[in-house]
Amino acid sequence: MLGSSRKSRWGLRGFALGYLALLLLVPLGMIFFRAFEHVGPALSALTSPDGLHAFYLTVLVAAIAVPLNTIFGVGCALLLVRTEFRGKALINAIIDLPFAISPVVIGLSLLLVYSQTGWFGDWLNANGFRVAFALPGIVLATIFVTLPFVVREVVPVLHEIGDEQEQAARTLGANWWQTFWRITLPAIRWGVSYGVVIATARALGEFGAVAVISGRIVGQTQTATIWIQQEFQNFDQAGAYMGAVVLALIAVSILIAMNLFKRKEAT
Amino acid sequence: MTSAVADTSSAAPPRPASLPRLGGAALGRGLVVAYLSIIVLIPIAALVAQSTDGGWSAFWNAISNPEAWWALKWTVIASLIVVVINVFAGTIIAWVLVRDKFPGKAALNGVIDLPFALPTIVAGITLLALYGPNSPIGIHAAYTKAAVIMALLFVTLPFVVRTVQPVLMELDLEMEEAAASLGASPFTTFRRIILPSLMPAILAGSALAFARAIGEFGSLVLFAGFIAFKTEVMSGLIYQGIGSGNLTGAAAQSVILLVIALVFLLIFGRLTKWSLRHAG
Repeated sequence: MLGSSRKSRWGLRGFALGYLALLLLVPLGMIFFRAFEHVGPALSALTSPDGLHAFYLTVLVAAIAVPLNTIFGVGCALLLVRTEFRGKALINAIIDLPFAISPVVIGLSLLLVYSQTGWFGDWLNANGFRVAFALPGIVLATIFVTLPFVVREVVPVLHEIGDEQEQAARTLGANWWQTFWRITLPAIRWGVSYGVVIATARALGEFGAVAVISGRIVGQTQTATIWIQQEFQNFDQAGAYMGAVVLALIAVSILIAMNLFKRKEAT
Repeated sequence: MTSAVADTSSAAPPRPASLPRLGGAALGRGLVVAYLSIIVLIPIAALVAQSTDGGWSAFWNAISNPEAWWALKWTVIASLIVVVINVFAGTIIAWVLVRDKFPGKAALNGVIDLPFALPTIVAGITLLALYGPNSPIGIHAAYTKAAVIMALLFVTLPFVVRTVQPVLMELDLEMEEAAASLGASPFTTFRRIILPSLMPAILAGSALAFARAIGEFGSLVLFAGFIAFKTEVMSGLIYQGIGSGNLTGAAAQSVILLVIALVFLLIFGRLTKWSLRHAG
């Protein structure tokens, strides 16, 4: 058995620990060190109007995009698992598409439809809507990149629980909504929660697609990740590191929530 | 409105009980298709249409000019290098997390998913903090090819580990013990008994890592930069094209990048199926 001898076991363990330390853990520790090296200027950059607005915008975008994708995700998963229709494979493929597309390409695709010169540009202009270089564009980009997460978490759970309880509820006279609310939703809740948490992490951290569609207008369409990049390139590195620390702490809390939901799902 | 509906239904023959439910499903399907169209399908159609806006020669020139061709090759090569490293490192990490015992293992297991939760721009800044120009350990990797590989390794870390780990947990120890007792060396046991069972999972994880690596952008911006003929990958080239207003060229490069990603995913999918048949 590989790893049974002392030497090879220590070798493998040393490799795994060393790899994770050099690639992940030590660099991550360093951003905390760098942020608190010049903590005064770092905090004042972060709490400047532009810095605060960027973080506010990021939270706002996630608060719109994630609930929309959750409703879509649960509904779409129900359709995929509980009903039969032609084109199911196609819908499945489209839902996975965001995994295979570069964020920059996602931003460009949206720009070609929703900017003033895009496909819908004339119509949007005529009706006074502004999508690209404004909040709706950032929301669309965020919805695109987080599209698969809730669906992909809920589909296997729906397969696993089967539809016997739902049918029993139906036979006893429950309508569609009652069946969903009392039977289906409680059964899939941990799967939904897990999907929501990953989607939130991705939404808060999205960079490439938003960098293209937002126009990066300081104090207006700049999200937290774009603000961090801007700070860094303006040689205000302390502020950039402090912003990164805030996002990293959010990521760690999300990670803890993920592990919690995964355990609940397994039991 | 409601009375109009009531009028027509009273005139029509009684509906079967299942009809409202089918109507609900049809409405749901319509909504799903509408949502996917607004978010994904129409934008992708616009991308493909824009890429051919300047005709075939403009399309060809956008990807065959020296800078783009270099970036295209480097993107594929870097992604493949990252996949190969992930195959080895990911499998070893999964092995250690399943078979080894040491204090702090549970915490280490939780840390693996961190690159999924961490914003890509933070991933880049994180690497820059240790391996950047002010490196406290004297390693200056920023704006080099090594930086591209490191950033891609950072963001793809969880894929192979997380696909191999559950398979390894379910693996039957008896087969390995039997092979060992029949005189097989540890290496032979691994190659003949363990590896065939792990192969489908390794390939599935590799496909995800490749798809992620080939389109990666955020973690490269600050740490590797997009220096032509040095570190520039396709996503960076496309971004710069958009910035300079060359939307048709950027769209053509995007279409090629998307096609390459899908072709490789197809190849990985075929390999996974093939290895499943030979998993025994």
